[in-house]
Amino acid sequence: MQRVVITGMGIYSCIGKNLTEVRDSLFQGRSGIVLDPVRKAFGYRSGLTGFVERPNLKGLLDRRARITLPEQGEFAYIATVEALKQAAIDPDWLDQHIFGVLYGNDSSAKPVIEAIDIMREKKDTMLVGSGSVFQTMNSTVTMNLATIFKLKGVNFTISAACASGSHAIGLGYHFIKTGLQEGIICGGAQETGHYSMGNFDALSAFSTHELEPTRASRPFDRNRDGLIPSGGAATVILESLEAALKRGAPILGEVIGYGFSSNGAHISNPTVEGPVRALHMALQDAGLTAADVDYINAHATSTPAGDTSEAKAIHEVFGSVKPFVSSTKSMTGHECWMAGASEIVYSTLMMGNSFIAPNINFENPDEDSAKLNIVKTSIEKDINVFLSNSFGFGGTNSSLIVRKWKNLRL
Amino acid sequence: MKNTEIIEKINEFLIEEFEVEPAKILPGANLKDTLELDSLDYIDLVVVIESNLGFKVKPEDFQGIISFQDFYDYVLPRVHSKALV
Repeated sequence: MQRVVITGMGIYSCIGKNLTEVRDSLFQGRSGIVLDPVRKAFGYRSGLTGFVERPNLKGLLDRRARITLPEQGEFAYIATVEALKQAAIDPDWLDQHIFGVLYGNDSSAKPVIEAIDIMREKKDTMLVGSGSVFQTMNSTVTMNLATIFKLKGVNFTISAACASGSHAIGLGYHFIKTGLQEGIICGGAQETGHYSMGNFDALSAFSTHELEPTRASRPFDRNRDGLIPSGGAATVILESLEAALKRGAPILGEVIGYGFSSNGAHISNPTVEGPVRALHMALQDAGLTAADVDYINAHATSTPAGDTSEAKAIHEVFGSVKPFVSSTKSMTGHECWMAGASEIVYSTLMMGNSFIAPNINFENPDEDSAKLNIVKTSIEKDINVFLSNSFGFGGTNSSLIVRKWKNLRL
Repeated sequence: MKNTEIIEKINEFLIEEFEVEPAKILPGANLKDTLELDSLDYIDLVVVIESNLGFKVKPEDFQGIISFQDFYDYVLPRVHSKALV
């Protein structure tokens, strides 16, 4: 079995467009949530969202590459350029080696809707143009990244709702651990346009605390009233330790555990048992006990039911040792298909800079969150091992465990 | 609209869509090579003609078009006949 290490990261999110900006936002507890009037005009119950500016790729990518990229593909491209740069991997090296891509993505609503609108109006499918089909498919991110970076290894998309990005890293870890690949670009991407979240808003799952957008996402707080959708993209470069050492790559952390499970219950209501099984599996895979985990980056999205279930699950597995817990979604909102990957980036940044980012807006616990050691303001803390939870519709659960690599500084 | 005005408009949208240097667009220049068209790009040529000139063409119509002048000769009578309608 190969050991699997992280050699590069990239991030494009509502709390920063690169690792440095995001590190500072995390430390300062800065929220990226805004009120979007377009959503209100479109009939959204809640106009709250993470604001992510669309990057201008003209001059960076040629026309053919740009017209096949939807919004989340653009985010993923920017994040991947940053991650490859940190990993000291250039295009020539990629062209000469077998490197893969496994990315989480579970929708591409805007291009689908815009194409259908054109077909309805023009009665001619060709008038959607040549880029449309490549933007509309769920695998849009991996097909575009694989083409842009000329990747020659494994190449597919993981769609697992709000655990997509986490499972992508988990699968990448297994592909490398078992020797099938030496290196893989992993990550998660999430579109943010108003077409993308209307039917989620329809479930009354979003916070309507519109008067104070930056205080609306309040995971684990007893006055939480729902999640806030957000997006962007996060990339994590995984390589075998052997390959990383051979090429003198920077090593940011080691992925040592992946646990997964399915609730086998309701399509949207969470359970405690499902996440507990994923947590136990991750610990077992890592060869650790609960006492070895210094920090848990919770999935907690700020919904009443979801946070309660996760608090119960964390307490059941970690209650005797009470590691630090925070949900960075208090600042970012719920980055959905991207979240499992971005939260590995956020936690690895914390690990590399010896701090734990706060669970902002956590003012009053409820019965279950009171049992957890939730971090309210940034604290300086050496993290040797962290665990990141991601759960999604259909009852899909993923827990990843990452260990610090020697004297890491980011 | 005069032919020179139509040709100017055609050049403008080709420059915009295919991001080509304006100086490279010459009547005798090769359309495919100058615009760096691959098989997918002909679909976008159909789209820009429809959106800028208001009529639909078929990709197979481009088979006999080699130069920009051939392209103008194909487009101009169609613009004029549309104006008559």
